[in-house]
Amino acid sequence: MAPTKTRRGGIRDGMSQENQHDPHDPALTPSRLGLGLFAAYVALYGGFMVLVLVRPDLLAMRPFGGVNLAIIAGLGLIGAAVALSAVYMIARSE
Amino acid sequence: MLYETSPLAVGIFAAFVAGVLWLSFRLGRKGQSAQGYYAAHGQVHWFVNGVAFAGDYLSAASFLGICGMIAFSGYDGFLYSIGFLAGWVVALFVIAEPIKSLGRFTFADALDARFNSRGIKLAVAISTLVVSIFYLIPQMVGAGSLVTPLLGLPHAVGVILVGVAVTMIVVTAGMVSTTWVQFIKGSLLVLFCGVLTVLILQRGLVVNAGRPGPVDLTPQVHTVCRDGTVLVDGQPQTRDHDLRPVGTISRLPERFADREATGPLGPLAYLAALEDSTIITWNKTTRVDDQGTHVTFTPQERPAADLLRPGGYFKGLASGTLAGRLDFASLMLALFCGTASLPHILIRYYTVKDAAAARRSTVVGIAAIGFFYVLTLYLGLGAMTSGGLDPTDTNMAAPLLAKSFSEILFAVISAIAFTTVLGTVSGLIMAGSGAVAHDLVENVCGIQMTDHEKVRVGKIAAVGLGIVAMALGILFKGFNVGFLVGWAFNIAASANLPALVMLLFWPRTTKQGITAAVTVGMLASLGWILLSADTFEKVYGVPGALAPMPFSQPGLVTIPLGFVVLVVVSLLTPAPTRR
Repeated sequence: MAPTKTRRGGIRDGMSQENQHDPHDPALTPSRLGLGLFAAYVALYGGFMVLVLVRPDLLAMRPFGGVNLAIIAGLGLIGAAVALSAVYMIARSE
Repeated sequence: MLYETSPLAVGIFAAFVAGVLWLSFRLGRKGQSAQGYYAAHGQVHWFVNGVAFAGDYLSAASFLGICGMIAFSGYDGFLYSIGFLAGWVVALFVIAEPIKSLGRFTFADALDARFNSRGIKLAVAISTLVVSIFYLIPQMVGAGSLVTPLLGLPHAVGVILVGVAVTMIVVTAGMVSTTWVQFIKGSLLVLFCGVLTVLILQRGLVVNAGRPGPVDLTPQVHTVCRDGTVLVDGQPQTRDHDLRPVGTISRLPERFADREATGPLGPLAYLAALEDSTIITWNKTTRVDDQGTHVTFTPQERPAADLLRPGGYFKGLASGTLAGRLDFASLMLALFCGTASLPHILIRYYTVKDAAAARRSTVVGIAAIGFFYVLTLYLGLGAMTSGGLDPTDTNMAAPLLAKSFSEILFAVISAIAFTTVLGTVSGLIMAGSGAVAHDLVENVCGIQMTDHEKVRVGKIAAVGLGIVAMALGILFKGFNVGFLVGWAFNIAASANLPALVMLLFWPRTTKQGITAAVTVGMLASLGWILLSADTFEKVYGVPGALAPMPFSQPGLVTIPLGFVVLVVVSLLTPAPTRR
């Protein structure tokens, strides 16, 4: 069974596991949606790291009075990874 | 610190380990073909596989290492949690589905799917072995750390216990039993860490861990003499004359000023109250003389807010030195890129039936792992203020936190931590065994084997790897396991990620390019680690200033190097032809 390209350029399920792939087969590249979500997460992660490296003092701020920005950002990054992956799963199952 | 062993703890612990081994033997009958041994017949349900991802990934580094690092150094340990989870984003969005579609048993299958090159198989098999061994070290060290307080056995015995148990799990049924061990371990770990977090929030913050009177602020000296005897404040260490447990609250926020305890707090209120509290941590200074190594722990009162921001462990962030910042950036890049390059994670994609199941199981894995990493923040901070920490062992923070609630919980958490090690080590040994039998013996050496022989060679390789792991676990006693696992991520990301990504995105990639990138990435990152200041100080016992490398974590240089080598070599060699 040959791999077939889906509408989003991703991989259709139930593909062959044999080593018979065209080296230029676009079906083996990740989906556009996946790459878009990946880029969004890289921006968040990269932005946070730049903040830690360049302006760590800002992370000690407590914008809402209680928990500081370092913890809000850390929990936010974990939440974002879970949320983006859920979006991906739902979108790809449709 | 010396620990008392309780028969109850030993009983619970033994029951856990026996249960896991029984299950493994029971499932053993199912895994006798090569497809069964290496890939669990590709029939694992995606949800089970997702939880098994968590069981595979949440290693001793995540549980013992991160909790210990947060308890000892504050927020910086949580940065590891953030980085470890971020790596899964790469795995899901970029790697998961193609790797499932390209490979059969091992990571080398996937990289080599388009080329059928012995060079690629050899380079990838070696990199799989190197990464697996570097990842095994912290797991075995963690096992040794756990067994001492729980069973009263020496570190080496703990390491051997894990080594033997894991080798048995892998040899009996390969990927089938490994998957179920990881599923059970992943579920138990997340569940009981959740229970511990609820208990932490119920207890709230308590001044001097509920002990009467002010906090004792006298320094303590721990001496390990050259003959191995241990002294505390100059006298032999006994149960009656031992280090005081450390880490507590000395003053609550103004709004609780007239109270000794806050009472139950919500998740955010807990963090906010801690931020306004004053805590007692300790400074550690080490002096070596003719008698032995003297470590002085000096209690220090400070605002907890200081430890809830970056800079407690990554000193370069606080001091602002360029080398310190580059070291940190390099580690965070390696954590981000490393997860999707870890062979024992990648082989789990071959246990499900198709790309959709690979995707779904990754999402389940991310949810379970993400939830667990949120809990690590509470476990670490709860341990930091529990009044029960052993200042000589960062890896014991989470079990000792459990002990501050009850002995039973201590036994359960220690047993879970031990199964944590079992689950991850079995995955690593599976990956290494596949690399030896399937990649090296069959594909590189070209030895044709029957299905049965392939399984037997895999099992022999598993036993060999188990022995190597035990030896290294004894050798690296005393290292923080979170720190050690950073090395494995650096090597995995430098050796494997460039080849994996370019194979998917750049049609001009050649087999020579992949072989060169894997080889150079692995050797460069390994060489950098061996010549870094951290290794000089912590492994060779030589001043770090003598190390030639400008910072200790190689990823920032060696990951891009892998990409450059791949592109240059690919352009210098003939383009792959369309089939």
